[in-house]
Amino acid sequence: MSKFVYVTYIKTTPEKLWEALVTPEFTKQYWLGVSQVSDWIVGSPWKLVFDDGRVADTGEVLEIDPPRKLVVSWQNEFRPELKEEGHSRATFEIASVGELAMLTVTHEIDREGSKLIEAVSGGWPAILSSLKTLLETGKALEGWR
Amino acid sequence: MSMDAVFKALADPSRRRLLDLLHAKNGQTLGELCSELDMTRQAVTKHLVLLEGANLIATQKRGREKIHYINPVPINDIADRWIGKFERHRVRALADLKKMLEKES
Repeated sequence: MSKFVYVTYIKTTPEKLWEALVTPEFTKQYWLGVSQVSDWIVGSPWKLVFDDGRVADTGEVLEIDPPRKLVVSWQNEFRPELKEEGHSRATFEIASVGELAMLTVTHEIDREGSKLIEAVSGGWPAILSSLKTLLETGKALEGWR
Repeated sequence: MSMDAVFKALADPSRRRLLDLLHAKNGQTLGELCSELDMTRQAVTKHLVLLEGANLIATQKRGREKIHYINPVPINDIADRWIGKFERHRVRALADLKKMLEKES
């Protein structure tokens, strides 16, 4: 099992944080230029797409409970060595802590030394910092491609 | 959840060592971490509580055990605050150069 758990506290409400997670126009502002696309029903396809239409990752919605929990299966589509590892699982959990919303992102796959987990773990801290900045100031961090 | 808490947590060498251990192998129990350190269980627990309070580690329960994960998000927030968006590549290049040169000598 390869796994990481990232946590960030954001001065916002769980509802606004949820909207930022599932709205494509919102997601691409902080998510390294990609958008999450899905109709957000259990069993529906889920994908991460670049602005030019290329697909980065695909999967399906495994569990959804707005504005508390979202679980998707997640397979890389553009790097063969990552794609061959198959599906990982990403879990987003939102909790209220005082005036803050606590977002926990867990990304795991049932294999040791996963290259996929290593690859995405480089991106998550930046994505979460940018999401925090966007929700707290209205502006995402710039300079992402 | 302030930056003060992050800096205070990072100011202690034992706590930095704990983060190093989790960076090397993410997701460890208290027992695993203790076996790597010359400290009492109580002392390690105290450091872990402080690290979790600063959001530098995240924990999850697995049965009766607590698993500890390194959480670099607050450190990334600090980097974003001062290093900024476009400088990051250059700073990274300098860090890589330093690492390469120091490995050679």
